[in-house]
Amino acid sequence: MRELTYWQALQETLRDAMRQDSTVFLMGEDIGAYGGAFGVTRGLLDEFGPERVRCTPISEAIIVGAATGAALTGMRPVVEIMFMDFLTLAMDQLTNHAAKFRYMYGPQARVPLVIRTPAGGGRCYGATHSQSLEAWFLHVPGLKVVAPSTPADAKGLLTAAIRDDNPVLFVEHKLLYASIGDVPEGDYCLSLGRAIVRRRGSDVSLVSYSYYTGVALAAAEELAALGIDAEVVDLRSLAPLDVATVVDSVRKTGRLVCIEEGPRTGGVGAEIAALIAEHAYEYLDAPVRRIGATDTPIPFSPALEPVALPQRADIVRTVQEMFACKR
Amino acid sequence: MSLSLTTAEGRQMMHLMLLIRAFEERMLKLVSDGSIRGTTHPYVGQEAVAVGACFPLRRDDWVVSTHRGHGHLLAKGGDPNRLMAELFGKIAGYGGGKGGTQHMADFAVGHLGSNGITGGGIPVGTGAALSAKMRGTDQVVAVFFGDGATNQGTFHESLNLAALWHLPVIFVCENNGYAMSTSVRQACAIEQLAERAASYGMPGVQVDGMDVVVVRDAMRGAVERARAGRGPTLLECKTYRFLGHSKSDQRVYRSREEEAAWRQRDPIIRLREAMLENGLDKATELDALARQALAAVDTAVDFAQASPFPPPSAATEGVFAEARE
Repeated sequence: MRELTYWQALQETLRDAMRQDSTVFLMGEDIGAYGGAFGVTRGLLDEFGPERVRCTPISEAIIVGAATGAALTGMRPVVEIMFMDFLTLAMDQLTNHAAKFRYMYGPQARVPLVIRTPAGGGRCYGATHSQSLEAWFLHVPGLKVVAPSTPADAKGLLTAAIRDDNPVLFVEHKLLYASIGDVPEGDYCLSLGRAIVRRRGSDVSLVSYSYYTGVALAAAEELAALGIDAEVVDLRSLAPLDVATVVDSVRKTGRLVCIEEGPRTGGVGAEIAALIAEHAYEYLDAPVRRIGATDTPIPFSPALEPVALPQRADIVRTVQEMFACKR
Repeated sequence: MSLSLTTAEGRQMMHLMLLIRAFEERMLKLVSDGSIRGTTHPYVGQEAVAVGACFPLRRDDWVVSTHRGHGHLLAKGGDPNRLMAELFGKIAGYGGGKGGTQHMADFAVGHLGSNGITGGGIPVGTGAALSAKMRGTDQVVAVFFGDGATNQGTFHESLNLAALWHLPVIFVCENNGYAMSTSVRQACAIEQLAERAASYGMPGVQVDGMDVVVVRDAMRGAVERARAGRGPTLLECKTYRFLGHSKSDQRVYRSREEEAAWRQRDPIIRLREAMLENGLDKATELDALARQALAAVDTAVDFAQASPFPPPSAATEGVFAEARE
């Protein structure tokens, strides 16, 4: 094992996949010599050339649509949408086409398509370059949604996404690209749809994914100092969703806090909370709490962005409230 | 009039146009009597476009179709039985009844799928052309869409990318004059939609879409160009849908006189007269083709009616492809 950054793990995965399988190719804006807006594809143009590292015009609908057509006809495209916010421009191609073809056209149709996209705020990019829109896509049957929190998961889950015969939305996080962690060498493929317990605890379950897994872990350390033993569950994959791991955790702790970066209303946490209400209600010792962004566009000002986006202190305070009030 | 057409070619094109016409007219009856549920977008009047455009294509070339797509599927060699069964929502249909009139595909004959979003298939077809190029095949792709789709962003994004990357694709615009009720004049600042090709650096050709031989010949040139690696073409076929946009359309936006004038240019009558005038065939032979088309549609209806509906369990199956191993 050696250490890599999150972006290096992604790049290694892309490189390995392209070396192993000539049908894998990349498409996106500024992914060639520039290396992508966050540098994930730097160097790949030199190794694989412009036929397989395809720089496109700023045309998100054709990026996703052409990748879908290529996927239907024998290729395995991995496209980059520069900011998750820009997926709005490709929504029809992704939701009405890529996600539905298999169901409508039957077994003859396979859409092995990966859409990589950086999500999240914390960098003062303002309302159209900071969003976490993954909750929208949980509402799209036919689409898988993955959001790794560590460099190792970035490799294992991207490998799985590329090998999957279905469209996979692969959500990266801008604040994770520089994070460092152990990454297995050689072939490393995880299963999509398996959550992992990052920290064992007995008092409360903090359920999150992507960047906020780390925030939840940091909050758990603070809580430990306060005498509260938090368990941290990293979902890793939002669709399919590993309900069993969350249910098992809540059965043990009796308390659930769902943490995400997107707006709270209609969010991932709302879905988790509903599932727990269905599957583990009798184990709950306190009402489920949800932490997410305010229901506002994300403000630019460094004084306001942290108000809109959830903070570690919000998690700590929320958990303390849960223990302060009796059911 | 000199006609570059053999008897065999003329019969084949006549057979397909008659089959599409008979299929669609029968379908409308089945919609009226409640046998077929939902909406439909009949292709009657536009047969020369699908048949002429598909004629120069090989079986392994792809087409991408639209909401008004039955003609494209039949012209590409699709099975009228499975098509009709899909319209009935039956298990023997192309999508096992889960796609319906606007959503079916037959990859075996090079039909990559129809879909119900105006302009939605254009990027998909462009991507199939990219795939053909990257895989080093000499396949080409014909993408069908209407005049209305040329105002969608996907049209412009696709043409730009296809021209930029010299992709083997022919963009076949079926300009039938109306996007539902909105005329081309109401929706486009130019009259000749083929002119839009100029801004993407590709040839744009407008042809008489009521003449199957003209469409075929124009398409043949575009296909040769694409197959030779010389890039895409925008082929605008001026045509007319004889019926309404869908089953509920009362056609208040156009006159009966206009409709009558276009019916004078019926592509089936036109080919029939051309073949007879040029001594390519006898009226009795062409009449026999018409009877065969009706019989094929009878068979398709019998096939569809005999097929069971899908079981309830099918509703939740097939959302995802399973792993191959």
